[in-house]
Amino acid sequence: MSDIATQDFDRRNRDWYIDKLVQLVVFFGGISAIVFIIGIFVFITKEGFGFILNTMDPVEFFTSPYWEPSDEDAPEYGILALIAGTASVTGLALIVAIPFSLGAAIFVGEFATGKTRELLKILVELLAAIPSVVWGFIGLTIMNPIIIDLFDVPVGLTVLNAGIILGLMTAPIMTSIAEDALKAVPDRYREAAEAMGATRWQVIFKVVLPAAKNGLLGAVLLGVGRGFGETMAVLLATGHSVNIPDSVFDSVRALTATIAAELGETAVGSDHYQALFTIGIFLFVITFVINLTADLVVRGVRKG
Amino acid sequence: MVVQPGQAAEESVSGQILTVKDLTISYGGVPALSGVNLDIRENEIFGIIGPANAGKTSFLKAINRMDMFTAGMGVQGEIRFCGQDVQTLKNVYALRSAIGVVFPLPVGLPMTIYDNVALAPRLRGIKARQDLDVIVERCLERAALWDEVKDRLDSLGSLLSGGQQQRLTIARALSQEPTLLMLDEFSIAVDPVTTMRIEDVLKELRQEMTIILVTNLVQQANRLADRTAFFLQGSCVEVGDTATLFTGGAQDQRTTDYIEGRFG
Repeated sequence: MSDIATQDFDRRNRDWYIDKLVQLVVFFGGISAIVFIIGIFVFITKEGFGFILNTMDPVEFFTSPYWEPSDEDAPEYGILALIAGTASVTGLALIVAIPFSLGAAIFVGEFATGKTRELLKILVELLAAIPSVVWGFIGLTIMNPIIIDLFDVPVGLTVLNAGIILGLMTAPIMTSIAEDALKAVPDRYREAAEAMGATRWQVIFKVVLPAAKNGLLGAVLLGVGRGFGETMAVLLATGHSVNIPDSVFDSVRALTATIAAELGETAVGSDHYQALFTIGIFLFVITFVINLTADLVVRGVRKG
Repeated sequence: MVVQPGQAAEESVSGQILTVKDLTISYGGVPALSGVNLDIRENEIFGIIGPANAGKTSFLKAINRMDMFTAGMGVQGEIRFCGQDVQTLKNVYALRSAIGVVFPLPVGLPMTIYDNVALAPRLRGIKARQDLDVIVERCLERAALWDEVKDRLDSLGSLLSGGQQQRLTIARALSQEPTLLMLDEFSIAVDPVTTMRIEDVLKELRQEMTIILVTNLVQQANRLADRTAFFLQGSCVEVGDTATLFTGGAQDQRTTDYIEGRFG
């Protein structure tokens, strides 16, 4: 009558073995990420380690604004000005990017419908795919004369220029992530609020944004990480001069741009070469911390 | 003609499809269900009633090893399905394919209605279109959904209304040709008329499979179940013939109180 006797849950069939095989393959895929990140860290640490042990004065390295590694008599390795350059550009970029990206995300996610919405999403993604050298080129050839004319300053390759360029660059990515965060808010939340007579704006401000808070914060932090790591656009638009900026009209130099511009000219294994790798370690640690924080924030883990 | 629940139970005393001994389920070390001992017989409808947090859903999860998906869920004791210990058997996928599950909220997979129902047969290796056609039509018929969707089998299953999706879920569970069908409060998202139609189907299905029916509706257990278990606050208060329990013959006063709606 029944097939109770014929069923054998101990028999491992072909499907079971395929399942195990696939698990093994994807396990190696997953592990490879860890292998790569450790490999990269080991590599840059190895290259920069001699400098950290022998030449580097940690206090001078982080507090001296003088970066003169090519000085043959007394080379100076102080990255304070470079940190200030990266931080000022990234900070300004965020001021530009946050309103743009949040506004775009809210419009695309909450207001736009049908074809408008689809078109905008495609355009935003296209914007995110523009190579950074193109952005740098825009900074160099378009923004530069505009800034000189508009503000009557001698040089247009400044914190302002690079900040705006970097802000426009990061905005599409932040928009994408922020819109995902808004989309993840269930519609029943909106319906429940709308059913109480809340206006569209009230629904967004009181219900949707608080519910998407973690995702939005994560989007901003990933924007920060992107700003820190961006090289080419910043190299072209900042003016690339070592300087602690007093205003947005000063030229600065970024950590990443320093590595990009100087690594090719240094002798492998020299103090200068190793110093550049030490900057690399510093950048690696900073981006790692930012990304980790972003990840924890997105997951809603509270610290402390 | 209505089959009296008590009768069927007496007839099928012989085959026990599921035996549970000293089952304790805990989440992160905190027991959610403890000391459950019961047998489920072949071709009966076994009702489980009880208020929220009684451990009903945890019980179902332990049977088809869905505890693997829930971090911190621990299962102690013994559950034997068709004579084999579900904790130690080697092919958990074979176990699950023999057990159909319908969850409280409908899950129409994001594929066509046809593909939803043809999924399980395809996983078993049935490829011929005419064989699949037969299975799909029969399962949808049984789930009382065929007439409503027969002209649009190619539309997305996830676009159906809640009640239709729940019947689609039931059709999909039936397409597994399960030995055991577990329904977890299936009627939450289904209108009363459709609920009655599905209940009729369940009565027929008893010829072919064993059914565990977890329900919030005490009267649904009364209508369908041969025997009923009453779960309360993490323990199984009692198991008895439905007819006995519902005519004041419960051993435990709490069972009678719950059935008569005095709490819960």
